[in-house]
Amino acid sequence: MSAIAHFIKTFTLWEFVKAHWLTLKYFFKPKATINYPYERNPLSPRFRGEHALRRYPNGEERCIACKLCEAVCPAQAITIEAEPRDDGSRRTTRYDIDMTKCIYCGFCQEACPVDAVVEGPNFEYATETREELLYDKAKLLANGDRWERAIAANIAADAPYR
Amino acid sequence: MTFTQWFQSWGGEAFGWFLATTVLILMIALPLMLAVAMIIYADRKIWAAMALRRGPNVVGPFGLLQSFADGLKVMLQETIIPSAANRGLFLLAPIITFTVALIVWAVIPFGPGMVLADINVGLLYLLAASSLGVYGVIISGWASNSKYPFYSALRAAAQMVSYEVSIGFVLISVVLWADSFNLSTIVLAQKAHVFGFLNGFGFNPLLFPMAVVFLISALAETARAPFDLTEAESELVAGYQTEYSSMSFALFWLGEYANVILMCALNAILFWGGWLPPIDWAPLYAVPGIIWFFAKILIFFFIFSWIKATVPRFRYDQLMRLGWKIFLPLSLIWVFLVSGYLMLTRYGA
Repeated sequence: MSAIAHFIKTFTLWEFVKAHWLTLKYFFKPKATINYPYERNPLSPRFRGEHALRRYPNGEERCIACKLCEAVCPAQAITIEAEPRDDGSRRTTRYDIDMTKCIYCGFCQEACPVDAVVEGPNFEYATETREELLYDKAKLLANGDRWERAIAANIAADAPYR
Repeated sequence: MTFTQWFQSWGGEAFGWFLATTVLILMIALPLMLAVAMIIYADRKIWAAMALRRGPNVVGPFGLLQSFADGLKVMLQETIIPSAANRGLFLLAPIITFTVALIVWAVIPFGPGMVLADINVGLLYLLAASSLGVYGVIISGWASNSKYPFYSALRAAAQMVSYEVSIGFVLISVVLWADSFNLSTIVLAQKAHVFGFLNGFGFNPLLFPMAVVFLISALAETARAPFDLTEAESELVAGYQTEYSSMSFALFWLGEYANVILMCALNAILFWGGWLPPIDWAPLYAVPGIIWFFAKILIFFFIFSWIKATVPRFRYDQLMRLGWKIFLPLSLIWVFLVSGYLMLTRYGA
């Protein structure tokens, strides 16, 4: 009996008909994808995107060149050189992040005692050349200035859970 | 006065005919290229929708101009010829594929009397010309002088030859019933074919299985999913197109889709009444035949895309098994059945 059923199923292409009915139902379903540049998915406040160096509200840079981020970085993407400034405070003279090495683990952000280096919500920083991804201190500070409001809001939103 | 006679009235017998035919060829080939562009877009959209994606939607309204943007990009690219390739044959192959995909359209009737070459062995011409298409694939595979295109060419040759056999038998049963090799006559033979009001051999229970076999063989013949083993990207990179770039690549693309449209048109002509409306009812004939024909082509193209979106690729031995051990005996039996039935009913026992 099952042999006959198998024969009929084979020659009526039953499995194929069933599969095509399924895909036809999917054809009329709403799309699962979004219209990306115009629609965006929500991002978590903990999203780890492009790096930034933040400043205090008075304009003074936060980084004190403790080099904890450089030490903790598993990809060794961070390079820091520091010397005392004229007013005696300890500041970096060089703060480079090689974005092609970075694995976006967020350890630098965790390690930072003054919330200076953070991974902001920006993920759209593709470049045409590799060299543009070797960020220096000026670029990172500029990122901080540009994204400060979003970064501050994210840190505030995440603070109760830390 | 016909179109050709008008040209001949001022251009002379031979030159007028030449001019008229050239204009007619352009009237078929240029809209065909446009149709190919739109059908590639439709293919991508249908495929995307069934995968719950959006498909091309950026260039032009709803992405309608996507194919033209791709065409422009391809034209601006450099044609790269591998140093190990056979230059002449390498460049000849896409031209063969493209030309053959165009010349078969000469015998396709778009409506009553709307056919470029109304020859009495149109079906034979079609079989012969579409078989030539495999030369483009084989030559490109060989001339590329590279492993994957070569394997792909071998596969393509075996696959197309295998399925042409069963297609041949399917065509024989249609020809037996229609009593003609001329495509226009075949279409007209389907008028009020079943129950006196259904137009199309496909409605005939004896010929419906052949319509299904033809549809599936057409997929294999045009190397469309699930039979796209010639360009199985997981095994052969891009098959015989691997070494091609820019316009030479685009010619393969255009030829491939022109062939797909041709197979959709053949499905409509041979089994579903060509330019005739599906039901033999006078008000339906008020719609021009060419509209019915195009509607049927589009329905079949939707089925082709639908299958592509649904069925995973066959393994090569499964493909050969289906062609030689199932379709060949099946269509052979059906030729006997059809001819036996016709001997009994039409020609007397």
